[in-house]
Amino acid sequence: MDAKTVLEGTYFSDSRKELQKERRSLLIRRFLSNRMLLTGSVITVLLGIIALLAPFLTSYTPLEMQMVKRLQAPSLEHWFGTDNFGRDLFSRVVHGTRVSMAVGISVAFITMITGTVIGLYSAYYKFLDHILMRICDGLMAFPGILLAIALTAALGSNMINVIIALSIISTPTIARVVRSAAIVVKEQVYIEALRAQGASASRIIWYHMAPNTVSPLIIQITFVFAVSVLIEAALSFLGAGIAPPNPSLGNILYDGKVVIFSAWWMTVFPGLFILLSVLGLNLFGDGLRDMLDPHTNKAKK
Amino acid sequence: MIERGTILKIYILQRLISLIPVLLFVAVVVFFIIHLTPGDPAAVMLGADASPAEVEALRQELGLDRPIIQQFFSWFGGLFTGDLGTSIFLKAPVFELFVDHLGPTLSLSVLAQGFAMLIAIPMGIVAAKRRGTVIDQTFMVVSLLGISLPGFLLALLLSLIFAVQLGWLPAAGYRAMDTGLWQHFKYLIMPAAALGFIQASLIARMTRSSMLDVLSMNYIKTARAKGVKDIVIVYKHALRNAFIPILTVIGQTFGNLIAGTVVIESVFSIPGVGQLLVQSIISRDYAVLQGVVLLIAASYVLINLIVDLLYGVVDPRVRLSRRS
Amino acid sequence: MQKECLLEVSGLKTTFLTENGPVTVVNGVSFQVSAGETLGVVGESGCGKSVTSESILRLLNEKTTRYEGEINYKNRNLLSLTEEEMRSIRGNEISMIFQDPMTSLNPVYTIGDQIAETIMIHQKVGKKAAFAKAVEMLRLTGIPSPEKRVHEYPHELSGGMRQRVMIAIALACQPKLLVADEPTTALDVTIQTQILDLIQDLKQQLDMGVILITHDLGVVAEVCTRVVVMYLGEVVEEAGVEELFENPLHPYTQGLLQSVPQLDGDRSKKLYVIKGAVPSLTNVPKGCRFAPRCNYATDLCRQSEPELMGNRHKVRCWHADTNLQKEGELYVADGS
Repeated sequence: MDAKTVLEGTYFSDSRKELQKERRSLLIRRFLSNRMLLTGSVITVLLGIIALLAPFLTSYTPLEMQMVKRLQAPSLEHWFGTDNFGRDLFSRVVHGTRVSMAVGISVAFITMITGTVIGLYSAYYKFLDHILMRICDGLMAFPGILLAIALTAALGSNMINVIIALSIISTPTIARVVRSAAIVVKEQVYIEALRAQGASASRIIWYHMAPNTVSPLIIQITFVFAVSVLIEAALSFLGAGIAPPNPSLGNILYDGKVVIFSAWWMTVFPGLFILLSVLGLNLFGDGLRDMLDPHTNKAKK
Repeated sequence: MIERGTILKIYILQRLISLIPVLLFVAVVVFFIIHLTPGDPAAVMLGADASPAEVEALRQELGLDRPIIQQFFSWFGGLFTGDLGTSIFLKAPVFELFVDHLGPTLSLSVLAQGFAMLIAIPMGIVAAKRRGTVIDQTFMVVSLLGISLPGFLLALLLSLIFAVQLGWLPAAGYRAMDTGLWQHFKYLIMPAAALGFIQASLIARMTRSSMLDVLSMNYIKTARAKGVKDIVIVYKHALRNAFIPILTVIGQTFGNLIAGTVVIESVFSIPGVGQLLVQSIISRDYAVLQGVVLLIAASYVLINLIVDLLYGVVDPRVRLSRRS
Repeated sequence: MQKECLLEVSGLKTTFLTENGPVTVVNGVSFQVSAGETLGVVGESGCGKSVTSESILRLLNEKTTRYEGEINYKNRNLLSLTEEEMRSIRGNEISMIFQDPMTSLNPVYTIGDQIAETIMIHQKVGKKAAFAKAVEMLRLTGIPSPEKRVHEYPHELSGGMRQRVMIAIALACQPKLLVADEPTTALDVTIQTQILDLIQDLKQQLDMGVILITHDLGVVAEVCTRVVVMYLGEVVEEAGVEELFENPLHPYTQGLLQSVPQLDGDRSKKLYVIKGAVPSLTNVPKGCRFAPRCNYATDLCRQSEPELMGNRHKVRCWHADTNLQKEGELYVADGS
């Protein structure tokens, strides 16, 4: 009897230790998934503030050229060094971030409206569904960046046109997400009942279907924001986005590529800012998704 | 019952035929998107100094003054005889131009996708098997980094390290395969790595979640109850079942791959299809633009057909539904 | 009459380490199985009977599961074996078949592959010999034209056929013990009987012990020699099948028996329903676990938990020796 109790006692304390370990690793995991959201928001908010306060953060304007000071390495005077025209790189990167953020937010905002309207109405009206979704299929069959290049090449390289091009290529993604969330509601019996009671289509669409699409919409919008920042940078890098001399992270990188053998800072700093913007938004989106609907397939994007 | 091989042949033929309307639809859309966006090739060709009369003369010569419907049918008619048109800028048939530029792009994308699959699938499996551990979390952070890092940026950072700092690899350029396999690869390693990283991240994420799904299935328990080793369970019993979503994502990422090559080719000055395309967009070379986009679309649907056929190889249930 | 004991489970306690702390799903379960015997384990869903069966083969994820107690097989405690030693027992000495034949076979391999795999793991034979054995097993389990069927995929077979394949896989290495976890629940009634007959038949041919997990008392009556009744992770009663059906001692067992419709009974009477719902395992009642749902519960029952008592007919109830033995009208009239 005694021996047995002793034995059970040790067994118990062992297993208790194991349990504590298990619980701790669980807490860590939870904390991590929260930390994703946290890190993402901190990075994004920080970059947002930098973008907003860009003119006040810099002692040089992004266009101010000092040819004697070409391609200087980072120093106290020029934190990120200078570029091939002797412009202050810190100022250009900060203003470039401002452009990226502005493009990202505008595209997110525009596609939120266009995507929601298209998604909701095609979920409600079958005939609209056929037409709109085929158009979306057509737009999605084409690599987005090529379409954006074609559009900005035609419309001209400036910020407004980049925003227009990116909104066109991102709308189908949002429309699809909204549509599939809205259709779930539409097929529920109470919608049929509402219709029988004489509720108008727009009332059903905006009061009953729309709220159900909010969380997938917000998550997807975050990713559209991230992708827009990414594609804007690529477009500008290819010379089809924001035209120089106006700074954009993409065209700074293009200038940097030419002098990559002598000026590493022109690649590293703008690159870091692109990475941080996109990473911040992706972390934010992933964290949000874990929080809002933990059952979605994490790999799907 | 007809023999399985014959059925497969008939099926492939059917699928190929069903691709024709899709491609025709793409052709129509491509034509109108290109022609309805503003921008005049004649003006671009002659430069800013040209007089309106000169531009008009060139427009006539190029047939751009004809009604758009007429232009469409003359191009569209050509498609049926295998004629994709001729570039007015490069003075060569579009198909020939495409074939000339295909080699580098093909090498680049095969290498990138191969590299991605080789790394991503084992990574996703290990992450799924050791779910919640440090390894899993590290892999997932790396793959998050992968989808956050634009290809051209990674390309630049890689050249900064391997070309500028270490001097191991050439910073840009391309050597055809006939200059020697090693030369060929040396120039393609960095572009392929840059292009493959994002693909790898997407595939790894899908592999992980698909494996997690499969590992909770009943037949995995059956295999355990049979006394099958863990490693055999993972690679024989689970992986093949998990492969359908992975294949799907590989097919989907092929679109990214095309978009990616456009940018990467420009970073590394590789004379591939992407460069041809960007050039044709900037110079508004309608014939090349239309032709190349159509050919890319065709290869895209073909890849997806191959992916569909591979479903049948991986999963016998797909084979059955085909027969009925 | 009693053959040697094949498997002895004693004091088995299986605990899941969940996000909200440990949950003990099987709490101190003990029973024995002999060769040639069919032991029934019955209880409602969630009573821990499936977890018990999976614990025997240690199929649960050991990172999140803790086993205590002993499972003795051939003088070895299965719970203390290494994973490798355990593997040589699974499918070879002790086999298992599962509830849902539709999802228990790997969809991407032929049934021949799946039977042959077991054989090749445990016996030193080539692929050809293993396939020949697979055909033989299919024939043994009553699958028509096994030479053809062996090359088919699971989705080409019906549910009953698939369960036969599962049995063929399980018995391919002539195990000493078969654990069948609700083998007929997912099947049509006509197929159920065939599968049960098949299991009984093969049990005799191979002189196996069988543990049959089920919630269906009809199945128990048909094939089992002894029965263990489980409630909320514990054994509440154990007896020979005839004894249990004729003289159930635990109020829960009585309730279970009375909730089975009987053709020869009074059909105008309502079927008996045990009152209340199964409590959650995270919130186990104090005292006797069945007390909150029991018509005979006294303060004693609600205060302290009874032990499993008795020799050949064991029961876990404070009142088993008194008023419960004359179960009858009084009880039925009470429950509505």
